[in-house]
Amino acid sequence: MKSTPVRSMLSLPVGPRDHAQGPATAAVTLVEYGDYECPHCARAYPIVKAIQDRMGDRLKFVFRNFPLRQVHPHAEDAAQAAEASAAGGKFWEMHDVLFENQSALEREDLVSYAAALGLDPAQIASDLDAGLYAARVQEDFLSGVRSGVNGTPCFFLNGVRYDEAWDGAEFIVAVEAAGMPARERRGPQSAR
Amino acid sequence: MNKLRKARPSRRPAPAREVGNGSRALPPGSAAPDFLLPSTPDQKVSLAEFRGRPVILAFYPADWSPVCGDQMSLYNEVKPEFDRCGAQLLGISVDGIWSHLAFERDRKLRFPLLSDFEPKGLIARAYGVYRGSEGVSERALFVIDGEGLIRWSHVSPIGVNPGADGILSALQEMTSKGGDL
Repeated sequence: MKSTPVRSMLSLPVGPRDHAQGPATAAVTLVEYGDYECPHCARAYPIVKAIQDRMGDRLKFVFRNFPLRQVHPHAEDAAQAAEASAAGGKFWEMHDVLFENQSALEREDLVSYAAALGLDPAQIASDLDAGLYAARVQEDFLSGVRSGVNGTPCFFLNGVRYDEAWDGAEFIVAVEAAGMPARERRGPQSAR
Repeated sequence: MNKLRKARPSRRPAPAREVGNGSRALPPGSAAPDFLLPSTPDQKVSLAEFRGRPVILAFYPADWSPVCGDQMSLYNEVKPEFDRCGAQLLGISVDGIWSHLAFERDRKLRFPLLSDFEPKGLIARAYGVYRGSEGVSERALFVIDGEGLIRWSHVSPIGVNPGADGILSALQEMTSKGGDL
């Protein structure tokens, strides 16, 4: 019987359904599966921002939901709130607010963030009540499970799961390397 | 099983990474050794009691992994998908039962953790996934069918949480063949 692939690959390719920052033609696509209530994801949030600043147009960044609902009781609502904000064109704004206010993710907090972003708070509240984006969040979650997401945050660099540390210098090195032609990428390694 | 392996040699990963540390994990096609291990101070769980349905046996080195999405917590989140396949998930480590109970409560786990504590690692040894140097089991997964046959096994590098995709693929492959769960 077959075994798990050596390197886990993104099972759902990045496409129009995704929330993405950066040009479609960027050399590197970084996908994060994250949970708005996960402290490690909150720690990774400014790290990813710094990588985006450094990479500029060479990087496309995609965020997908992977709420760990059993350990993080607010994660599902927060994920749905971000998706609901996307309908008003404010996905990334909400994404940032959520990570910057991770300790306040109650329903009334989510609605007040939406209002502060210029969204209709009543609409967000009713979307959350109706679970309008539950299926979308679950689709993200299952695509993560199928791709070998093994915790949060989990990153994929050009479709391949990144298994090294993301809180040290090796992360930006790996992101940079993913944008280089294969020949250049191999060069320094084979010289070792 | 052997036919399948021969049919798709390209899908077998490199042995060094797959098996890690020279582990001798029981391969697919082997009979899964039975066990009777405590899951609480007054309850024991045996493999035999799950005859007729698939079992996912997840060996892991230790309770209290210091990350949110540790292996057992991840499986806890994915449990509805395992349920959909009719499979029973069992976690197993050499930790004592009191550690398991506290860990289960802390992570709100909805499946049993078995204590392979005394004689230490006996079951891990029987499955070929005990690390004598550290005194813990490998991070090893076995998918066992309803007849007690191992249908898929995987040993992950000890620091790498293998995720759940391999388990789900194995379960679905069994289901799609039909009739032999």
